[in-house]
Amino acid sequence: MSLNHGAILKPGSSRNNKTGNWRNIRPVYKHDKCTGCTMCERICPEGVIFQEDKKKFNVDLDYCKGCGICAEECPVKDIDMVPEEK
Amino acid sequence: MRKYIEGSMAVAEAVVLCNPNVISAYPITPQTHIVEDLSQMYANAEFKGQFVNVESEFSAASVCLGAVVTGARAYTATTSQGLLLMSEVLFNMAGMRLPLVLTCANRAISAPINIWTDHSDAMALRDSGFIQLYAENNQEAADLHYQAYKISEDDSVRLPVMVNMDGFLLTHSFEPVDMPTQQEVNEFLPPYKPQHYLDVKRPITFGSMVGEDGYMEVRYNLEEAMKNSFAVIEKVTKEFEAKFGRKFGIFIDTYKMEDAETVIVAMGSVVGTIKESIDLMRANGIKVGLMKVRTFRPFPKKAIVDCLKNIKNVIVIDRASSVGAGGILATEIRSAFYGNTTTPKVNSYIVGLGGRDITIKTITDIVGNFANVKVQDSQFVELDHKYMQAGDDYLKTI
Repeated sequence: MSLNHGAILKPGSSRNNKTGNWRNIRPVYKHDKCTGCTMCERICPEGVIFQEDKKKFNVDLDYCKGCGICAEECPVKDIDMVPEEK
Repeated sequence: MRKYIEGSMAVAEAVVLCNPNVISAYPITPQTHIVEDLSQMYANAEFKGQFVNVESEFSAASVCLGAVVTGARAYTATTSQGLLLMSEVLFNMAGMRLPLVLTCANRAISAPINIWTDHSDAMALRDSGFIQLYAENNQEAADLHYQAYKISEDDSVRLPVMVNMDGFLLTHSFEPVDMPTQQEVNEFLPPYKPQHYLDVKRPITFGSMVGEDGYMEVRYNLEEAMKNSFAVIEKVTKEFEAKFGRKFGIFIDTYKMEDAETVIVAMGSVVGTIKESIDLMRANGIKVGLMKVRTFRPFPKKAIVDCLKNIKNVIVIDRASSVGAGGILATEIRSAFYGNTTTPKVNSYIVGLGGRDITIKTITDIVGNFANVKVQDSQFVELDHKYMQAGDDYLKTI
């Protein structure tokens, strides 16, 4: 991260500054029962869930904060929240 | 030009001479005539910037923050509870390295409800990243404003400055004050040239989120900026003295220190009372002097140790207390001597809270009793034990 005094930043800094590093749990798609309802993509508060195919979604872990709303709201429970381990 | 003028009015006129672009303040209690006078000058078109009345001190500070990030020179004034309501924004302004001058009329904090003179409000903000300067009289209070903008806006500093003057004792009292002309102030204080400001053509972000990977570094820079301000405060004070011929000390000031065995340390208007007391005590052969702290943040450790290292007795007068730790100025002065080969006997006295008068007798009694007391924790001076007993008795009747 490049920072000057007072943390004044140019636009687009989120591309360089990954904000997902304080996540405790991460969503893992089972890609099993997905109906393609797009609920997870719509309710992700960070907007980091993307549709890859008609019934296939994935998450950008550089920015996912691990809130678990996607897993909670998925109507067919096709997302698991898995602990981050180092 | 020398005028017989109320402290608040002198500050209001000084602020207008500094040509701020935006003044924002909350106009209701707790407030002083500073803001009342500024709004009057705005209505009379003597102040040509923007005056923004808001519904709380939190908003006043926020308007100033917003103004400064657009590149404006801003000003606000508050006191007591108002300063506490501003506090979240003020920490942000320091962290974002935004120049601002804020006048704090030093007054007590509730509970119990009381808005009379003491230093509890500003002391609560001592860790905010604001530079804190304390005025002894109304001339110094007015003069500090011209200097405060110059210090605040210096590229190596870029920190907000809180000019402190005792509520009522200074803000509401009339004294002769020498007011400079607009031209003189313009020659001393150049227009504000911000390095960074919000501009749709060159978008930037102020107040970014910074995680554990960078927060410490940004806060370290803040600490460094505060250290840089020592040199800038010294330079600006000397420039001011050269131009206007007035000086009230740089980091500290002294009075009758030459052969002093006992030195009283204080900040704010009580310094005047202490000088009177010293004259009286010296007439009776007591070798006593004064060290006034003008710059409390950054804390001038070196200047203080140099001044007091050969002194036998040091009496620190605090007009605020860190509940659970005692006199704040005293604690910091004791800490400044840690590791020094010579250390005076430093005792801490808490006086004049909530507007209680500090009289010459208060001071002479402390000095008179000093030889009889050991080094001890902070003492509340002139407590009315009958009052406390009566309070206990009264509670039993409820």
